Amino acid sequence: MSTKTIAGVEVNLNDEGYMEDASQWTKEIGAEIAKEEGIELTEKHYELIEWIRNKVAAGEGLTIRGIGKSGVVNAKEFYGLFPGAPLKKATKIAGVPKPTSCI
Amino acid sequence: MKKLLILGAGTAGTMMANKMRKVLSRSDWDITIVDQYKTHYYQPGFLFIPFGIYNEQDVIKPKNDFFPVGVNVIFSAIEKVEADKNRVLLEDGISLKYDYLIIATGTRTAPEETDGLMGNLWYKDIFDFYTIEGAVALANHFKTWKGGKLVVNITELPYKCPVAPLEFVFFADAFFTERGLRDKVDITYVTPLPGAFTKPRATKMLGELLEQKNINIVPDYNIMEVDNENKKIVDFGGKEVPFDCLVTVPTNLGADFIETSGLGDDMNFVKTDKFTLQQVDHENIFVIGDASNIPTSKAGSVAHFAAEILEENLLCAIEGRELTAKFDGHANCYIETGYGKGTLIDFNYDTEPLPGSFPFPGLGPFGLLKITRTNHYGKLLFRWIYWHILLKGKDMPIESEMQMAGKKL
Repeated sequence: MSTKTIAGVEVNLNDEGYMEDASQWTKEIGAEIAKEEGIELTEKHYELIEWIRNKVAAGEGLTIRGIGKSGVVNAKEFYGLFPGAPLKKATKIAGVPKPTSCI
Repeated sequence: MKKLLILGAGTAGTMMANKMRKVLSRSDWDITIVDQYKTHYYQPGFLFIPFGIYNEQDVIKPKNDFFPVGVNVIFSAIEKVEADKNRVLLEDGISLKYDYLIIATGTRTAPEETDGLMGNLWYKDIFDFYTIEGAVALANHFKTWKGGKLVVNITELPYKCPVAPLEFVFFADAFFTERGLRDKVDITYVTPLPGAFTKPRATKMLGELLEQKNINIVPDYNIMEVDNENKKIVDFGGKEVPFDCLVTVPTNLGADFIETSGLGDDMNFVKTDKFTLQQVDHENIFVIGDASNIPTSKAGSVAHFAAEILEENLLCAIEGRELTAKFDGHANCYIETGYGKGTLIDFNYDTEPLPGSFPFPGLGPFGLLKITRTNHYGKLLFRWIYWHILLKGKDMPIESEMQMAGKKL
């Protein structure tokens, strides 16, 4: 764990750079983490981030299937917004824990 | 008469029928089990069929052979659970009342969920091995296949028997080597996971095994569609993997009636308390096996360990006591690695697969995360145990709760 000042706020990050406390998150923090990932956030990004944060707050799991059915984007558009590893990047930027896969 | 109703007569449902008939008085309790199919498949055997080790006859028996005396059996499709009315509707208009309900309807493969998967090449160059039809069709295909790009793709999580596709590529390596074709067969393992498996030590061990066997891995891959014309799969990020023979692990979904009954998640797996095995919204509904959404493997061993927990908790609920048994997510999986050898993993919600010996500390006879001949024989022997002991709900010399003794941290 480490602390880092992002967009003027001191936040705790885990070893992989995910925020430890989702309540510290602001849009500005999201924008700054996104920049480190090479992503410029648009309105669509923020709309999806809000959906993701609400899901996590409700204790529900995140999957690509679920996001594809979110009504905000389909799975392909999700990849377009967060290229490469969309679930990992989107959760990092949204200030929520990285989804775990258990099989 | 009170009524216990069990939906699904696969591994989990059959075990529960046997267990509960032993402990519930026949004068007070009526037990009914419902399933739409009359044939019981030994699903762990499907993996062996494409390589000619087992045939169809080795993995099927009539379901009726495994029900205890004193259980009503109904073969019918299930339409809906009306949980607020404590009743279940079957397809021909029959309705069944229950005091307690056990849902054990498992999971099914849903290849129709992926665009192009069931196109022109389905069962010509594209196969699954999680159905008897797919496994037999693939066995016939391999008999005359001259080699090329063999791609094994896991569509999405969760899917049942998480180690089966790994065993499949290990078997394929040995099978084509023994046929003198291995230099003509390029094997690629394409998975949505970041590596060969989920947890660190097993991922490392199995990842190294893939490398030793010259099997390519494409991780973090979420398939979008199959391009039948150009014989390649494409993921949502646009990454393409060409194939000559595609072996797919299709999307896994729970039964359709789970959705219409409002009991499940977005993949129709029943929302279940991972410790008590109770459905989250209904105290008189319990869930066991692949049908549940508990965060552990969808595997027969999990259903077997969970069965003891469910028996205890169901009795607690019936007698109006607090539920005392707590499931730990215990899973135990033999993994075939080819050439008559295998490895074994044993884990639960909190403990990843660790090296060591099983079930007796220091003695084995099985080696955890080790490749041995005994592990392979353990898997072959298991088919006999499955038909004769496990389905009948008899005790096995293995604790349902995962044991740390014999494991090395």
